Amino acid sequence: MRFAVIRFGGSNCDLDAVHVLQDVCGVDTDPVWYKEGLSRKYDAILIPGGFSYGDYLRAGAIATRTPIMKDVIRHAGAGGLVIGICNGAQIAAESELVPGVFTINEYPKFICEDVCLRVENNSSPFTSLYEEGEVIRIPIAHKEGRYVADDETIRRLENECRIAFKFCDESGNVTPEANPNGATGNITGILGDKGNVLAMMPHPERAAEEILGSTDGKKIFDSMIAYLESL
Amino acid sequence: MLSPRDEEYIKNQLGRDLSPLEYACFENLWSEHCSYRSTKPLLRSLPTNGENVLLGPGDDAAIVKFSDDIALAIGMESHNHPSYVDPYDGAATGVGGIVRDIISMGARPVALMDPLFFGDLSGEKNRYIFEHVVAGIGDYGNCIGVPVVRGDLVFDNRYSGNPLVNVVCVGVVHPDKYLTARVKKPGSRLILYGSSTGRDGLGGASFASRDLSEDSESEDRPAVQVGDPYTEKLLIEATLELAATGKILSCRDLGAAGLAGASSEMSETFGARLYADRVHLREENMSEVEIFLAESQERMLIEVQPEDIDEITAIIGKYDLKWSDIGEVISEPKYIVSFNDEIVCDLPIDLLVGGAPEEAWSGSPRDAVKEYRRPETSLKDLCIKVLSHPDIAKKDWVSRQYDHDVQLGSVSLGGGAACLRLGDAGLFLSCGCSPGQIYLRPYEGTANAVYENAANLAVMGAEPLCIVNCLNFASPVHDEIFWEISESVRGMGDMCRRLGIPVVGGNVSLYNESDEFGTRIPPTPTIGMVGKGVVRKYRPAADGQKLVLIGRCDGGMGGSVLDGITGCGGDAPAIPDVSVLDLVRALVRDGKISSATDISHGGLLAAVVYLAGTADLKLSGDPVETLLSESYGRFLLAVEDEESLEGLDYELIGTAGGASLKILFDNEGLILGKDEIDSAINTTTKIMRY
Repeated sequence: MRFAVIRFGGSNCDLDAVHVLQDVCGVDTDPVWYKEGLSRKYDAILIPGGFSYGDYLRAGAIATRTPIMKDVIRHAGAGGLVIGICNGAQIAAESELVPGVFTINEYPKFICEDVCLRVENNSSPFTSLYEEGEVIRIPIAHKEGRYVADDETIRRLENECRIAFKFCDESGNVTPEANPNGATGNITGILGDKGNVLAMMPHPERAAEEILGSTDGKKIFDSMIAYLESL
Repeated sequence: MLSPRDEEYIKNQLGRDLSPLEYACFENLWSEHCSYRSTKPLLRSLPTNGENVLLGPGDDAAIVKFSDDIALAIGMESHNHPSYVDPYDGAATGVGGIVRDIISMGARPVALMDPLFFGDLSGEKNRYIFEHVVAGIGDYGNCIGVPVVRGDLVFDNRYSGNPLVNVVCVGVVHPDKYLTARVKKPGSRLILYGSSTGRDGLGGASFASRDLSEDSESEDRPAVQVGDPYTEKLLIEATLELAATGKILSCRDLGAAGLAGASSEMSETFGARLYADRVHLREENMSEVEIFLAESQERMLIEVQPEDIDEITAIIGKYDLKWSDIGEVISEPKYIVSFNDEIVCDLPIDLLVGGAPEEAWSGSPRDAVKEYRRPETSLKDLCIKVLSHPDIAKKDWVSRQYDHDVQLGSVSLGGGAACLRLGDAGLFLSCGCSPGQIYLRPYEGTANAVYENAANLAVMGAEPLCIVNCLNFASPVHDEIFWEISESVRGMGDMCRRLGIPVVGGNVSLYNESDEFGTRIPPTPTIGMVGKGVVRKYRPAADGQKLVLIGRCDGGMGGSVLDGITGCGGDAPAIPDVSVLDLVRALVRDGKISSATDISHGGLLAAVVYLAGTADLKLSGDPVETLLSESYGRFLLAVEDEESLEGLDYELIGTAGGASLKILFDNEGLILGKDEIDSAINTTTKIMRY
C-alpha cells in the first residue's frame, strides 16, 4: 500500500502529512513535487494544506490547473482514494471533485483553533472507524474555509449521505454558535459522488498524536488504510 | 542624506568625489540601521559567549547548540517605521526579513514570536495599525507555514505614531552544517536568486534611521516593500535543498540596503566585482543606484564554485525561481560594480563596511519616578480596569489569526512560555519587556525583562539557552535617551551575566519619535528568549487545588498596568533575588506542583485569573498593592497537596475554582463574578471585532 502527498509551491502541511502517514500510521508515503507528476500507481492521494500559489486569484484555483491535478482526477475517476485537507479541500472543490466552494470566512480573518465536529456518516472509506454522531476534536486553520453550496446541492448531499463532518458544540449539537466560519449548514467535510473523495477544512494530521492534544483525526487515515486493506 | 561630516570624511579617505552609487552605498550602509554606529561601544559590553554558542552576533543569525544533532538558528528584527507607514506590508515584510535571516544559515524556520507595541486602542488610527499589523504578520507567517507561537502586546499612547513590530525567528540546522554569510574563496561566483528586482523599498535602511514626520505616510510609501509570501515559501524550500548539497560556500539574504548591503557585507572577507546589468529585473530602465539599493523582498545571494553552477541553478529552477550570476569574489579588498561596461562604484570594501566612525553621544539621567499615591477608586473598579486593559486582557483575537500549529511541533502555547517538541527535548520560547517600568528605571527595568523571561521558562521547568533583543528607543540626540540606551544595555548585560545567558543577536531601532502625535516611545529593549527542558504541557490550576504564593510583594507600583491606567506613580520594581528561578524550576521538574505562573503584568490579580479562573482567597497587606503590584521574585503555584512543599517558604492563599473570584482581606472583601471576569478579559476582542 502506498500513499502520495502532492506538494505544490506554497503547500505547507505536506511534510506534516507525510510524517503522520509514515511515522504515525505506518503507511509508505511519497512526497511528490507537482512537476514530477504521478509516476506510479498510488492507493491514496493526499492533497495537503497550505497556500498553493499563495492563494493568489482564489484559494486552490491555480493548483487546479496544473497537469498533476489531471492525474489526481483520473485516479479519483478510477475509484482511488483522494483526501483534500484545508487548501487541499479548496483544490478538490475547484477541481469539482466535490460540489460547492470554500470562500472567505464570515468574520473575514484567519481562524486557528480547536473545534468539535460531528461525524455525520461512518460508511465512507474515510470515516468507517468512527461512530455515527461521534463528536471529535480537530483543529482548523483557515481564512477561506466557509463552505457554500446552493440549497439543491445541500439536499442532494444530505440525501446521498455525502456530508462527512459538521461543526458542532461539545455535546454534538449543530448550532450557529458552533460554526466558526459561517459554513452552510455547519458543513466542513464533503464526500465526492462516488464516496472515494473527501474534502475537509479541519486538519486531521494535527490531531493524530497524543502529545499534540488529540488523536481524533488519526482515525481518518486509519479508516482509509482499513478500507484499502479490505479491497 | 549623508551628513556633511560623513561626506567630508569619505572624500578625504578616497581623495575624490563620490559617484551616485557610491554615495547611495555609504548613505545606507553607514546608517544606524546597518552600522549600529551609535550603539556599538555599548553592545560590545554584552556577554555573547557561552558553551552552547556556535556562532555569536554578527552574521545573519546566531547558531546555538540545542543537542548533539540539532542547533538553533535565532535572530530578531524590528520593522517599526514601515509598519507605521503601511501596517500590513510593513509587518508582513518584517516577518519575511527575519525568516530569510534564518534560512540563509541553512536552517529550517520552526517558530516565530512577535512582541508588538501600539498606541491606545481608543485611537482610531491605532486600531487601524493594530488590525493591519496583525493581519500582515498572520497572512505572511501562515502562508510560509512557520507558526507564531508567542508574542507580547503593549498599548501605551507613547507608541501612537510609532508602533513597534519586533519579530523573533528560530530555525533548526545540524550543528556541523550551518552556512555563514562570509565569502570563502576568490574566483567563486555570486548567484542572486528569488524575486526580480524592482523599484520598491528604495533606501529603506536610511529611511529606518529617521524620525517620522507627518507627511511620511505619503512621501515614504515607496520606501515600504511589499511582501510575497508565496515566493518566500519557495525560497525556504529551495535554500534548504541548496544547503543540503554542501556546495554553498556562503549565503546571505537581501534585506536593508538591498543588493548593495548584502553583497558588500558578505564579501568583506575578500572583495567583490559585480555587474549591475546582469540582475534580473521586473521594471525597465532602472539605474544602477536603483538596482543596488532597491529592497525588493524575497531575494537571496549565494557563493558557489563555477563548476557547481549547473547543479545549483537546476535546484533553483525546480522551485520556479529566477536567478542571475551577478559577479565574482575577488582577492583584492575592493567593492567594484560595473553597469553596461562602465565602472560605477570602486571602493575599499572595509571603508564601506564597518568603516563608519562611531557616533559619540552624551547621556544624562532623568528622574521620572513619582511618589506612589493610592488611587481613590474602589478596589473592584480598579481590578476590572486592570483586567480589561488590553495588555492584560486575553490575546486570542490576535493569536487566532496565526497558524500556531503548522509543522506539528507546538505542544503547549498557554502559560508562561511556549513549548515545541524538538528531537527528544522541549524547545521553550518567551518574549517581551515592560516599557513602563523601564522608562522609570532603565537599568533595573531591562535587567528585570531578562529575569521575567527566564521566570516564564522556569515555570515550565526549562533552562534558558540564550537571548536575542531589539533595542527600540527614541532619538539618541537627546541626552536622556542616550542615557536610557546605555542603562538598558548595562542592565541587560548584568542580568545575563548573573543568569549565565549569552546575548547572541539583536537589532537596534532608534529615532522612534513622531511629529504627528508629538510622541517619543518609552525605552523598549524587547527580549526574545529560548530555552530547553523536558517537553511539558501547560495546564491551568484544576478546581479544588491549593493556591500558594512564594516571594514577597515589595512596592513595584511604578510602571505597572495600574500606574498606566490611574497614574498612581511609585517606583519601578527592584531586581529580585534570582535564586528563586532555580527553586521554581526544581519544583516543576520534580513534579511537586501541578502548574505555576510568575507574577508580572497585572500583578497577583492577573496571575490568579489566568492560572485559576476563579478562586477563594484570603490575603493580607494593602489590597491594592497586594493584588496589583508588579514587583518581581513572586510566583503563584497550584498544588494538589501542601505536603509536597515541605521545607519551602510559602504562603497558602486559598483554593482554585468556584462560581466567582472571592478575595478576603483583613478589612475588605472583593467578589468578582465569573461573567464580570469574562467580560473584562474579552475587552480586546470586543473592541476589535464589533
